[in-house]
Amino acid sequence: MLRDITIGQYYASESVIHRLDPRVKVVATFVYIISLFCFDQLSGYIIAALFFGCMVKLSKVPFKFITRGIKPIIFMLIFTAALNLLWTSGEHILIKAGFITITVEGVKKMVFMALRLIFLIIGSSLMTLTTTPNQLTDAIESLFKPLNKVKVPVHEIAMMMSIALRFIPILVEETDKIMKAQMARGADFESGNIIQRVKNMVPIFIPLFVSAARRASDLALAMDARCYHGGEGRTKMKPLKYKKPDIIAYLVMFGYICIIITAGKFLPI
Amino acid sequence: MRPFIKAENVVHEYSRRDEEGNVTDINRALDGVDIEVTAGDFVAVLGANGSGKSTFAKHLNALLVPTEGTLYVDGKDTSDHNNDLKIRQTAGMVFQNPDNQIISNIVEEDVGFGPENIGVPTEEIWRRVEESLKNVEMYEYRKQSPNHLSGGQKQRVAIAGIMAMKPNCIILDEPTAMLDPEGRKSVIKTVRELNKKENITIILITHYMEEVTAADYVYVMGSGQIKMRGTPRQIFARSEELTKYKLTIPEVTKIALELIKKGIQIPKDILYVEELTNALLKLKMHQ
Repeated sequence: MLRDITIGQYYASESVIHRLDPRVKVVATFVYIISLFCFDQLSGYIIAALFFGCMVKLSKVPFKFITRGIKPIIFMLIFTAALNLLWTSGEHILIKAGFITITVEGVKKMVFMALRLIFLIIGSSLMTLTTTPNQLTDAIESLFKPLNKVKVPVHEIAMMMSIALRFIPILVEETDKIMKAQMARGADFESGNIIQRVKNMVPIFIPLFVSAARRASDLALAMDARCYHGGEGRTKMKPLKYKKPDIIAYLVMFGYICIIITAGKFLPI
Repeated sequence: MRPFIKAENVVHEYSRRDEEGNVTDINRALDGVDIEVTAGDFVAVLGANGSGKSTFAKHLNALLVPTEGTLYVDGKDTSDHNNDLKIRQTAGMVFQNPDNQIISNIVEEDVGFGPENIGVPTEEIWRRVEESLKNVEMYEYRKQSPNHLSGGQKQRVAIAGIMAMKPNCIILDEPTAMLDPEGRKSVIKTVRELNKKENITIILITHYMEEVTAADYVYVMGSGQIKMRGTPRQIFARSEELTKYKLTIPEVTKIALELIKKGIQIPKDILYVEELTNALLKLKMHQ
């Protein structure tokens, strides 16, 4: 049952977006998220939605994969929407019942805030859907390289991330095995209240941690044996290189942020 | 000719310390090991659990250094840490657990990990990855995730990862202990082929008797010492001694020895099923 978990759900396809350098995608996502906070009127949302729609079309990722990302945050979405609705004061009162006051401004703010959150989530899920975890860590390593100067071990952090990704399925499988072994010995993970259930998980986590530590020590030895000695003097099998489409993508992003900012300043609604 | 590996009276002690850092317990895992391996040989080191064979393997890769004595790999002293990278490049090591030695999510990237570490240029890495994956017959799996491979296949990927560093020697520390019979066969076949075709020195550490029949030379370890040395035939002919070190001879040899005990006249050093059949057929013809 635990085997179905996928992390960083990559949607394999051949598209312009998939082929882009992962660094471009990370930067573009970041720019897109910033752009969402550069305006406060309807026209901005329309531009952002149109732009996003074009990107999804280009990426060939089915739309339902992208909206799937919203599901886990639905509660947060409702919560923030309700807060915005109830706590925004304004002149045009819509409903007044006891201590609850709903204003036109409140409704407007609620809708915009919810839209902003949705765009934020689906925008970043488009990135994870079109980039493999390994490419992502490569991009992070390369983008944060300047931090090396202030003694941040960027290469090592990226290496840890990619190893963690490699071991997720192995540890998931192991958890499954331990759970089954404990169940065969009469353990019960399904009944009782929450505290009871959490307590019942202890016999799973302890062997899991022990085995993870053992694996880590084995892996460190294997890495040593294969001459790993940190990022120094290391070459890359798949080095990141900007190509023409990547430069075009950067220009497109630049154009987009310019349009959004001007729209935010000058368009009335 | 200079031996490729030369161990002179190698001693290794694991010491256990209490909270103040005082040594409370000393465990002598290696106790005066002398071994010489010629380049291009296929050498097997046999031993039961706790015989010190894995500790010895780690010495060959400079992952551990001798407490006493010296060990030279390709003429380089392993106790000098400046030699570490050179030694690990010339004498690569494959470990027991296939999952815990594969670093990347994609087979080809994992094979490229070693060359990346030693600073091989990008195009050359791709060439080596292709060559070594073809050598272990895993080329068609290069784009896959190692999680979807069988144990034997993973172990072959690990061997390819070592081969991509262009070593002269591969040390395999119980590479088949966690595999099914099919995977075991495929790994041993690959190792034998590398030894024959690429002239790679192989040091196979194991406790499976069937795997050492193909070796040029066998060392038997027990409680940290080399107890027996010789060709596989010489070793298996001394079955009583082997049982003393908690090792059992291959089934065929066992049957042959039992037959000899019953007074049937066949050679004492039988290793393969065909050999036994031939010997018995010959006997029948004579009658």
